[in-house]
Amino acid sequence: MTLPLEVQGLGFQLPGRGTGDEGSARFLAQDVSFTVGAGETLVLLGRSGSGKTTTLKLINRLLEPTAGEVRIAGERARDVPPTRLRRRIGYVIQEVGLFPHFTVARNVGLVPRLEGWEPARVELRVRELLAMVGLDPDSHAPRHPHQLSGGQRQRVGVARALAADPPLLLLDEPFGALDPITRVELQREFQALQRRLGQAMVFVTHDVREGLLLATRIGLMQHGRIAFLGTPQEFRESEHPEVQAFMSAADPGPPARG
Amino acid sequence: MDLVRFYARNSQEVVGLLGQHTYLVAISTVIAVLVGVPLGIMLTRRPAWRGPVLGLANVFQTIPSLALFGFLIPLPFIGGIGATTAIVALVVYALLPIVRNTYVGIASVDPAVREAGRGMGMTDWQLLTQVELPLGLGVILAGVRVATVVSVGTATIAAAIGAGGLGVYIFRGVAVVDDTLILAGALPAALMALAADALFGLAERRFAWGGGK
Repeated sequence: MTLPLEVQGLGFQLPGRGTGDEGSARFLAQDVSFTVGAGETLVLLGRSGSGKTTTLKLINRLLEPTAGEVRIAGERARDVPPTRLRRRIGYVIQEVGLFPHFTVARNVGLVPRLEGWEPARVELRVRELLAMVGLDPDSHAPRHPHQLSGGQRQRVGVARALAADPPLLLLDEPFGALDPITRVELQREFQALQRRLGQAMVFVTHDVREGLLLATRIGLMQHGRIAFLGTPQEFRESEHPEVQAFMSAADPGPPARG
Repeated sequence: MDLVRFYARNSQEVVGLLGQHTYLVAISTVIAVLVGVPLGIMLTRRPAWRGPVLGLANVFQTIPSLALFGFLIPLPFIGGIGATTAIVALVVYALLPIVRNTYVGIASVDPAVREAGRGMGMTDWQLLTQVELPLGLGVILAGVRVATVVSVGTATIAAAIGAGGLGVYIFRGVAVVDDTLILAGALPAALMALAADALFGLAERRFAWGGGK
């Protein structure tokens, strides 16, 4: 039984001057370890600059780890050519990054086409995915990204990441740029999608409510390290100061009495 | 009206010079694109080369064109009297706008689009040909447009080193102080520049994607 994702002692050090007083500041990620099983969503929670995004990029090798190891479905990531590795890992970013000169259909069908699927099969898959993320294929497939709303664009982004049915999905604050209402809407749909798909997911956010809602487990990052790792229930009960800082940010507490 | 009569009497020569002029501009622009676009692409991959290459192209741009033609004449192979020298000089002038705009066109592609492409598992070549070049095409074409328009004007000076073109009339007219003769060369050159400008302007609008909207 191999897990979709195993991360062991992962580290990333910026190149440049070696040790010294600010030596520790040059580590963007240090000794990060976790596993994610099929159907599990690990939420990486943390402040800006805590190493969440770095960790994601180390997994799909947009950054090359300077320490530790990543295994995707048992296979060592560093033994696989980066482009091949990334086609097996869905990737969703906050800015979506749809290709403005491609139609929605071409955007979604990108990875299957890179993988050399037949056009008919790609088209079928695109329609299936658009329906899955709640977009009518007939009216949306021929449009260009600039003709869509922010929420629709991110739906397309999710569909694109799922296109080749990757065993692992990496999401970097996918709903971070959306208005609060669209955001909640997409979070709910995302939950439904999680249940349906059974993919392993790593979901980066700094929004503790979003984290608690979507996580099977939460990894709290601080200064490039995992400060806490546990279920949402354990997270709520933890006395770790950084966890408490996040919990109090989520819940402003009873109004002060005068 | 003198001009009309002049053209009527010398129609064959006019057509010949016009052809030479078009040839000089077309060949030099094509060569500049073939050299400049790959060079501009390379600068996006090797940021350290950007300063030196664009700097050098800038320096070439500042050499007065008549002087550059003069400098080239004594050089072996690329120099001498005639069209080759003129084409080399025109290529040198066309390079800067093309290299610079290719670099800028690609560099200004939305970083999120580039990151998404890489994250999806596109190779650098796929990213370049399917994303960066198509999205940068409007800006690249703007560079070619500037290069071509400048070339049409600069090519008139090519007549000074025996490369022919519409400059022949201009130099002849200056020498004998004949306004009609100067105009006979200058007017079609100006019209050619305007036509090139309009043509590339059309192409540019056709391929402008307006960045990462």
